[in-house]
Amino acid sequence: MTLIRVENLVKTFSVAERRAGLWGAVKGLAYRRHRVVRALDGISFTIETGELVGYIGPNGAGKSTTVKALSGILVPDSGRCEVLGRTPWKDRIANARDIGVVFGQRTQLWWDLPAIESFDLLRDIYRVPKTDYVATRDELIERLDLRSFLDVPVRQLSLGQRMRCDLAASLLHRPRVLYLDEPTIGLDAVSKLAVRDFVRSMNRQRQITVILTTHDMDDIEALCNRVMVINEGRILSDGTLDDLRKTVTTERWLTVDMLDGAEQVSDPDAEVISHDGARITLRFDPDHVSAAALISRITAKYPVRDLFVENPPIEQIVARIYAELKL
Amino acid sequence: MRGYWAIFSARCRTLLQYRAAALAGLGTQIFWGWVRVMVFYAFYQSSSAVQPMTLEQVVSYIWLGQATLLILLYGVDTDVVAMIRSGTVAYEMLRPMDVYSLWYARAVALRTAPVLMRAVPMFILAGLFFGLQPPASLAAGCLWAVSTVVSVLLASALGTLMTVTMLWTIAGDGIMRLVYSATFIFSGSIIPLPMFPSWMQPLLNFLPFRGMADVPFRLYTGNIPPSAGAIAIAHQLAWTLVLIICGRWLLARGTRRLVVQGG
Repeated sequence: MTLIRVENLVKTFSVAERRAGLWGAVKGLAYRRHRVVRALDGISFTIETGELVGYIGPNGAGKSTTVKALSGILVPDSGRCEVLGRTPWKDRIANARDIGVVFGQRTQLWWDLPAIESFDLLRDIYRVPKTDYVATRDELIERLDLRSFLDVPVRQLSLGQRMRCDLAASLLHRPRVLYLDEPTIGLDAVSKLAVRDFVRSMNRQRQITVILTTHDMDDIEALCNRVMVINEGRILSDGTLDDLRKTVTTERWLTVDMLDGAEQVSDPDAEVISHDGARITLRFDPDHVSAAALISRITAKYPVRDLFVENPPIEQIVARIYAELKL
Repeated sequence: MRGYWAIFSARCRTLLQYRAAALAGLGTQIFWGWVRVMVFYAFYQSSSAVQPMTLEQVVSYIWLGQATLLILLYGVDTDVVAMIRSGTVAYEMLRPMDVYSLWYARAVALRTAPVLMRAVPMFILAGLFFGLQPPASLAAGCLWAVSTVVSVLLASALGTLMTVTMLWTIAGDGIMRLVYSATFIFSGSIIPLPMFPSWMQPLLNFLPFRGMADVPFRLYTGNIPPSAGAIAIAHQLAWTLVLIICGRWLLARGTRRLVVQGG
């Protein structure tokens, strides 16, 4: 079932440009130049129920603008958008009942109150029936392991604890769609894993459709089966993670741990890209030479202790996409 | 309605935490009230002209003003302004609620909890020691109570309107100070409105500000007789309605052009 349908969405902002320096500021008083920024330049996509979609792009690409349009707090200039059959900005309140949102850099909890009181307030705001609320709340508390700090005012929580509370807060009204805007930003490794596990299980077990924007490619790799890349308001690629890889490069990496002494590896079909003590990483094109052939040649020629073949990390892929965008 | 009530009561609970501030404020306000009472004593002693209010009425008027000063003192809701600046305001718009009503509920809370916390001890102290008289009559007392509630609604409507303008100006200290000063002068919080020159009276009677202080105080002291109470309260309600309509209209325009800061 199609849950979200976006067609040709356009949003422009007019930004007043100020020239630098004092003289620039004075000139700005008399005459202000406006520059039109196309935050969304005709984007289209559909999302089915139960998908977990990664939405990535450089800073200022239009990710958050899309999320804001989908959640009804931003009115686009043109284009169509339907979430569960409703146009979000025309039906903001009805739409709000079916969506949950977490902005990683901001909290929706009341700063001075313990998280549990924020939850109770949200129950009143969303008018969740008492029994449903208690069941959902207790389940979320259990899964996110919040019990030990529920009574602490939110301002005293660590970032990881706060983020877990924020996630719980966004799901108390049992939304069918969840927008996560950089949910792991600034978190330590353990908290990141906890957040990812939780998002995955909510998606699988409750069939909550998730749209995730992030700069952390590990999030994408761990969670998303579909990735959309956006830049300057246009969608550049939309497909599986493997598809995304293939659009950039088909190369694979062979990492070799050498026995002592050996410092150089060379092969006509592979190129050394890093050399760190006894660990050497080579890159090769599997269309040109098979991994098996390359490995047998190298193990025959050099004293190898261990080796493994992998895809280039998604970080590298995305960095290359972004670098190409700038050219 | 339950959601708005929940916001209102949560806000009140938060505000009631500031007990030390309330106590310090109480001390300051008693001091200033006392100074102003003394000024009027001196004025009445040295003037033989017939004044529009009796000295007893002026003294009660001043203490009522000190007790409910906080209805006026809060202009914009600084929490909402902080949210607008930081972009957290996006969360407010993500709730299945009417944003104006949400902010209005917050504004009413801001003018209820702190006011109650100071007004009650102020009444007791001023009544026992500083010359605050009881209401002129039972009817005057009832009208004063109703009018005070309406004054909270009126001041909240003005406050919410000012908060909404923050969507445009972000740092709106200029307009805030202007409205602030106008509120203090034209509500009678500095000099009781009947003491203003007679040529200013039609203007003062027209403006919304008197509904935030002068009207309830004069109803209390009987300076506005209970027979004229209905008209005075109707004036307050009319302005409340006008300011709410303005605020709603402005907010509807503001959210359409809203660029949530950051990201």
